[in-house]
Amino acid sequence: MQVVWDNAHLMWNGLRVTLELSIVIIALSTFFGFLVGVGLTYGNVVIRFLLRVYVDTIRGLPLLVLIFLIFYGLPALKIQIGGWHLDTNLGRFETATLAFTLFASAQVGEIVRGSLGSIPTGQTEAARALGMTFWPRLGYILLPQAVPSMLPPWTNIAAELVKGTSLVTLVSMSDLLFSTRKIAERTGEMIPLYLAAAVVYFVICFTISRTGAWLGHRFETGTVR
Amino acid sequence: MAVFGLAIGTVIGLLMAFLRSYAPAPVRFLVTAYVEIIRNVPLLLIIFLLYFGLPQAFPRGSSGREWVLRILPDGERTFIVALAIYAGAYLTEIFTAGILSVAKRYLEAGRAIGLTRFGLARYVTMPIMLRAVLPSLSNTFISLFKDTSIAVSIAVPELTWAARKISTDYFRVIEAWIAAGLLYLVTCYAIAFVLRFLERRIKWTV
Repeated sequence: MQVVWDNAHLMWNGLRVTLELSIVIIALSTFFGFLVGVGLTYGNVVIRFLLRVYVDTIRGLPLLVLIFLIFYGLPALKIQIGGWHLDTNLGRFETATLAFTLFASAQVGEIVRGSLGSIPTGQTEAARALGMTFWPRLGYILLPQAVPSMLPPWTNIAAELVKGTSLVTLVSMSDLLFSTRKIAERTGEMIPLYLAAAVVYFVICFTISRTGAWLGHRFETGTVR
Repeated sequence: MAVFGLAIGTVIGLLMAFLRSYAPAPVRFLVTAYVEIIRNVPLLLIIFLLYFGLPQAFPRGSSGREWVLRILPDGERTFIVALAIYAGAYLTEIFTAGILSVAKRYLEAGRAIGLTRFGLARYVTMPIMLRAVLPSLSNTFISLFKDTSIAVSIAVPELTWAARKISTDYFRVIEAWIAAGLLYLVTCYAIAFVLRFLERRIKWTV
């Protein structure tokens, strides 16, 4: 156990990367997920088709394959725009953010679509009768009713994302699991270190999921009679 | 690999779900603790714990080490165990919800014709629950199947591993990964298709 305290600062650095990555990804994917969900529910045929292809493809791929695809594939793309070579070699953090945001936006989009679909159409008709155009309707009437039903699955996805960031270990990005692994391989004390990392992940994800459950209870909407 | 892991995981999940519903409070607490802990820890970490941690727990030459090496000789076996543990936790949640959703009148009817508690579980709860949970079950199976790609972290020759090998050996990066992605996609769609077909065939309206 002593080895954990000795190397705690290294693990803390890894944890910082994990947290940064998680927060950025959750924020970005919530934003884009909203767009995806709204597009899937209210878009025209073209938008819906494109988004459907996007969502179904992403959800059929393992997260790890997506990460590898973007990490190794993106720099391999040689995009020429009229003689000017587009440098697709992003930094590590940005590439990971891109991969995870793509993955998570599809999930959030599905949730948003489900929530928006569960609002009775009477609301839309009433809003239209009052003369509201699309965006005010969305912002003032539909989204406020959709958000409570969205919160529990969304926190589920947030927790899964935090756990998913551990996968960047396999592309040598210094997150919590990677740092733990390096320390474990250096010192040979596998179990205490990995258990410590497990405790940290557990605390973070458990907090998120409990918050989600509390939020779900807090904003519980009764059934419309 | 997926088949074995998920099969064992399903058994664990079913067992735990029934335990959670019908066993005394301390057992229930243990099951809930198991589920919560496993669900909140990344699969990769569980794999590392098993793969790197277990051999360390049993030093060389001890009798324990012999056992560990006999049951879990290589990465593939270890991954199956890790996936089974992980899957068991998720499936327990699903099965618990399924067990709770069985309408009381069926249980009362079963009691009325004299079924014991075990008989009740076997003849009434299980069929109803299995039909009820099929959609979320198939969802979970598909996502757990996709999680098999993580096995590449302990050098199991898996589809992802093969794609990486091709991409690094032949420098055909995008083709390799897109091929791997397509294979996963096709398999997931196939699984989803089969499960949807099953759903339709044994559809149960309660």
